[in-house]
Amino acid sequence: MPRPGFVLEVDGSTPPLLFHSGEGFRLEKLPAGRSRVVYPAEPLAPLDDVDGAIRAALLAPLGDSAPLPDLLHPGMKLTIAFDDVSLPLPKMRRPDIRSRVIEAVLDLAAAAGVDDVHLIAALALHRRMTEDELRHAVGDRVYDAFAPSGALYNHDAEDPDQLAYLGTTDQGEEVEISKRAAESDLLVYVNINIVAMDGGHKSTATGLSSYRSLRHHHNVATLEHSRSFMDRHRSELHHSNWRMGDVLKAAGVKVFQIETTLNNDTFGLEALRGGGPLGMLQKREWEWTARDRAAFVAMQAGLGRLSPKNRRRTFQSWEAPYGVTSVQAGEVDAVHERTLEHVHAQHLVPVEGQTDVLTMGLPYICPYNVHSIMNPILVMCLGLGYFFNLYRGRPLVREGGVLIMTHPTPWEFHPVHHPSYIDFFEQVLADTTDPTEIEARYEKQFAEDEWYRHLYRTSHAYHGVHPFYMWYWGAHALRHLGQVTIVGGDPRAVRRLGFRPATSMADALEMASDVVGREPTITHFHNPPILMADVT
Amino acid sequence: MIPEALAGKRIAVTGSTGFLGTALVERLLRSVPGCELVLLVRRGRMRSVEQRARREIFKNDCFDRLRSELGGAAAFEEAVARRVQVIAGDVGTDGLGLDDDGRSALASCDIVIHSAATVSFDSPLDGAVEVNLLGPTRIAATLGELGVAPHLVAVSTCYVAGNRRGAAPEIRVDESPFWLDVDWRQEVTSARRLRADAEAESRTPDQLERFAAEARRELGAAGVPLLAEKTEQRRTAWVRDRLVEAGRARAASLGWPDAYAMTKALGERALGESRGAVPVSIVRPAIIESAWSDPVPGWIRGFRMAEPVIISYARGLLREFPGVPEGVVDVIPVDLVVGAICAVAARGPLHSDGEPDVTQVASGSANPLRYQRLVDLVQAWFGAHPLYDNEGQPITVPEWSFPGRGRVQGQLARSLRLLERGERVLQALPLRGRQAELSARVEEKRELAERALGYVTLYGAYTECEALFGVDHLLDLDAAMTATDRRQFGLDPRVIDWDRYVQDVHLPSVVQHARVRTEPGRAGGESRQQRLRRQVLSSERQMAAFDLENTLIASNVVTSYAWLASRRLPREDKPRFVADLVAEAPKLLRLDRRDRSDFLRHFYRRYTDAPADQLGTDSVELLSELILTKSFPAGIRRVREHRALGHRTVLITGALDFVVEPLAPLFDDIIAAHLSVTEDGLYTGQMTDVPPTGETRASALYDFAARHDLDLDQCVAYADSASDLPMLEVVGFPSPSTPRPACRPSPASGVGWWSSGRRPPAGRLPSCPSPPAAAPAGSTREPPLGLGRSA
Repeated sequence: MPRPGFVLEVDGSTPPLLFHSGEGFRLEKLPAGRSRVVYPAEPLAPLDDVDGAIRAALLAPLGDSAPLPDLLHPGMKLTIAFDDVSLPLPKMRRPDIRSRVIEAVLDLAAAAGVDDVHLIAALALHRRMTEDELRHAVGDRVYDAFAPSGALYNHDAEDPDQLAYLGTTDQGEEVEISKRAAESDLLVYVNINIVAMDGGHKSTATGLSSYRSLRHHHNVATLEHSRSFMDRHRSELHHSNWRMGDVLKAAGVKVFQIETTLNNDTFGLEALRGGGPLGMLQKREWEWTARDRAAFVAMQAGLGRLSPKNRRRTFQSWEAPYGVTSVQAGEVDAVHERTLEHVHAQHLVPVEGQTDVLTMGLPYICPYNVHSIMNPILVMCLGLGYFFNLYRGRPLVREGGVLIMTHPTPWEFHPVHHPSYIDFFEQVLADTTDPTEIEARYEKQFAEDEWYRHLYRTSHAYHGVHPFYMWYWGAHALRHLGQVTIVGGDPRAVRRLGFRPATSMADALEMASDVVGREPTITHFHNPPILMADVT
Repeated sequence: MIPEALAGKRIAVTGSTGFLGTALVERLLRSVPGCELVLLVRRGRMRSVEQRARREIFKNDCFDRLRSELGGAAAFEEAVARRVQVIAGDVGTDGLGLDDDGRSALASCDIVIHSAATVSFDSPLDGAVEVNLLGPTRIAATLGELGVAPHLVAVSTCYVAGNRRGAAPEIRVDESPFWLDVDWRQEVTSARRLRADAEAESRTPDQLERFAAEARRELGAAGVPLLAEKTEQRRTAWVRDRLVEAGRARAASLGWPDAYAMTKALGERALGESRGAVPVSIVRPAIIESAWSDPVPGWIRGFRMAEPVIISYARGLLREFPGVPEGVVDVIPVDLVVGAICAVAARGPLHSDGEPDVTQVASGSANPLRYQRLVDLVQAWFGAHPLYDNEGQPITVPEWSFPGRGRVQGQLARSLRLLERGERVLQALPLRGRQAELSARVEEKRELAERALGYVTLYGAYTECEALFGVDHLLDLDAAMTATDRRQFGLDPRVIDWDRYVQDVHLPSVVQHARVRTEPGRAGGESRQQRLRRQVLSSERQMAAFDLENTLIASNVVTSYAWLASRRLPREDKPRFVADLVAEAPKLLRLDRRDRSDFLRHFYRRYTDAPADQLGTDSVELLSELILTKSFPAGIRRVREHRALGHRTVLITGALDFVVEPLAPLFDDIIAAHLSVTEDGLYTGQMTDVPPTGETRASALYDFAARHDLDLDQCVAYADSASDLPMLEVVGFPSPSTPRPACRPSPASGVGWWSSGRRPPAGRLPSCPSPPAAAPAGSTREPPLGLGRSA
């Protein structure tokens, strides 16, 4: 029976705590008596028969939906959209759950005599997936059957001929998605719901849409009013997507939603039984065995000897042995509510009261640097966007409090994946870090830039506007926090972000005292594996 | 008395564009209201003598005091126009190169003050001979031809006494017991023949081949015109070096510190022999430095002998300089020399027969400044007023150890040899980024070492000289002066308070002239980099031309070929393909160094029979896999910045069109190499026209600019390798993107633009071995601290 997540009060006997820090780790002592640690739950037990569960879900859908076989008929246009390389993190050991679901759907389609099938990577304004990444997601069999004929491809949000405009919501939000998906008799969307933000109407309304549509919810005002965007019922981002879902429905786009959830087995469940190279990362520090300690020391020493490039490669090659905890299919809302129950069961940890200082260790990966570099903008997005928002109720840290993150934050960018990020960092952030001002003065210019458009469409670059979204993602936290400090970061890069660099945790806590006084309460958010704080 | 004695006199002055000459003209205009001046000025290449006089004499801040005393610029102009006549002439040619007007102007003079000289201590022997040795004689001869015999005051130098210890009295050179009776005519003939010999030898096939090889080694495959220019530069420099060396050797063999002192000494002797009826007075200053009080304390013109040494020391660059601590540094402020000349002119010839009389203007015997004292003062002053480095940190001046000259020279020569070797190795490597910075630093170090060695070789003899120059005649002049004269024409070295002079007068003036950083903290206002950036990104610019390889991407044609050719190879064949290419690499490199076009022609043969459409498709992948991966984001951003400003952006590259095709949206135009295609859609491996490399780039840019009605002076070019030099040279704003020595086109050396915080290439400091320093007779050279065209 996996143990649930819990809150530990730090006392004199608490060992140093593990902080992720990019492609490395730190062990930090937090002051006893006023610090606590929020630990994630242990991985939930996975489904024994994943393929059986998939088939069962397709045949017995939730909500107002017929079983999938009843929706398939010869001569129909079927489109299968699937989540892109940003999910899950880190990537999943083969077979990826998407490939299992897609194969099951294709089996049913073949049995029904459907021959017009397209598979689209629903990447919105993310970078195009490479062949290797597509093969990993859908499996070699599917790739070889569909890619050569051009029936498996990346969504192109900048191809005016391949987009369909479907009208506006009651609040004037324009809805534009992939023409193929809009004109299909059935759109099957295959999700991996790694966090509570994913899925629902957001899948299609965001994943297959264009800048014209996205800008209505990917903006500062919406994201500042998403408290948090991990809590769908209190998220303006989700409300907007749900309104767009209504427009899709009204326009006759028939969506058969499939959502899957994974457990927390990020670094290897076998770790709990004493095996696996990253075993200790899955464990609570006071339960580390002598062997874990030795392995950790050896790993630190080994990492220290690698070049940054090789260190990055080593980390990026890690494939998590996630277990699948649920598969549900059918009508979007019904599916998504059930999915959230499963996600919450794994992630939610009850926490009482807010804290003055929140600490978190940022790992090497976020949704936008798979096989890539975690540049400073992504560091900001992961900390102030994703981790900060992993709460329900109220933020873990009080308003005006301090956030301390550990990450090396190198002034480094992937020239192929993040060209517009480089210019955003050099030009925009050098000018201002205020999200509203950035949005007003720079967004349009980047969004409509021909060179970025060219690179998004033909190379593997994130869209020109993407770094803006990363910044907006942190808008709520920026407004909420009194100070942000990055421990161990490149001082120049950290300052450019508008944060304060510190060389050690002790220094960072010292700096925090200017804002929150001499004896602040401290909470360490022990993530990953992922957890979500349910703050009362 | 002096103003009265000179009132109503017409005084001719040579060398008025120099340090001493300017001060002399100023004093005569200011303190002798009754005199008129005839200035003998050499014709400039671009300017008339009047323009030269205005620019190079009267604009100098030397005249600020007079200008305000007269009540403004207009009054000053009027006074100059009324009292000064400028005539074209050159003491380096027989008859002084005078026209009829010039001759009559000269004939009307009562006094001629000759202060023109070849200023640099390391001038070629023949040049020094023509000006320093023959100059005074030519003046006397011309006066003789004109049938006049005005009083000729010839400025010489104390160092005609040669390297010796002990007293050096005010007597004619040939009266000295140490005088070697050298036949000056013979020296003139020999110097001229040395020049002819060196010129002839420099043109032998062997030599020319060597110069060409050196030019190629320095520039690489830069194209024929540039290499030819460089080769010719090498040849003239070689001839010059030969003659400099000849001068140094000849001077040393006769016991003079350098060719300057030797030719001056022989010049005195020649003048004595051939002066005819012209009565002669000789004034010999020691080392002339900034003014003690007139026109203002510290006034100085040009970067003189001691300044580069002092500044190098203050910057911490020069750590040792030879000298004897108790030795005398015979420095004399310029205004004292001017006073002495005026006093001599007012007094007239000392001997009734007109035989040359001698007055020495020196401090060593009457009021000596010891080398140890000078060093202490300099060190203390820079301790209190440090210069600041580029980071805004104060520079600590090194302790002076007074080593012997031989030791310093030996050390410097050894480190110079090492650095030269290191530089050659680095030049041979295809470097960029950090390594290229290293190369630039080594080059900078080498230049510093070279400069330091230059100073030591040049001036070492002067700091070690232990002669004491007698000043009896000078003191006699002083004794004959009235109090008013003393105020206006002070010449007594005993009045100088050295502590005050060094610390309050000279050093502040030197530091100000050197334009070095005297404030802590980051550069006030714009940094050099910001300024360059503002210049190239000005809205007035019309076009920006970019090279590809090593400018925008760290890759080359071989890499892109290897990628394209191996893309569809089965996995097991790839290692063999790579091995083959690597095996051929030395040959390719050799070819590339010799001629870029030949290399491309040879290399592109490999594309023979490649399917054009397939390469077109693959090149899209090439963009992500190779080009963007290896790109310099700052470079690409710069392209976009230019474009956003409305500049026409053009990519000029020897790469093939289909390789750079995916970059098309970045540029307005792309000039690339093209391969011809057969009817079957296969490449032939032959280029349709000459690829845009080397000098072809320059002409391609010319054509492009003409076609689109663009002004090349308003164009920016970014490039890195040697074959890009021609392209950098044709535009108004060249911007070498890495500090490799080979890509420093002559006029401008912009600094690379993506590596912020890098040290700019050398060029900020006076360069050696033609030091900006000058000789006692005055220089017109301003300190070459500017940045040329890009400044």
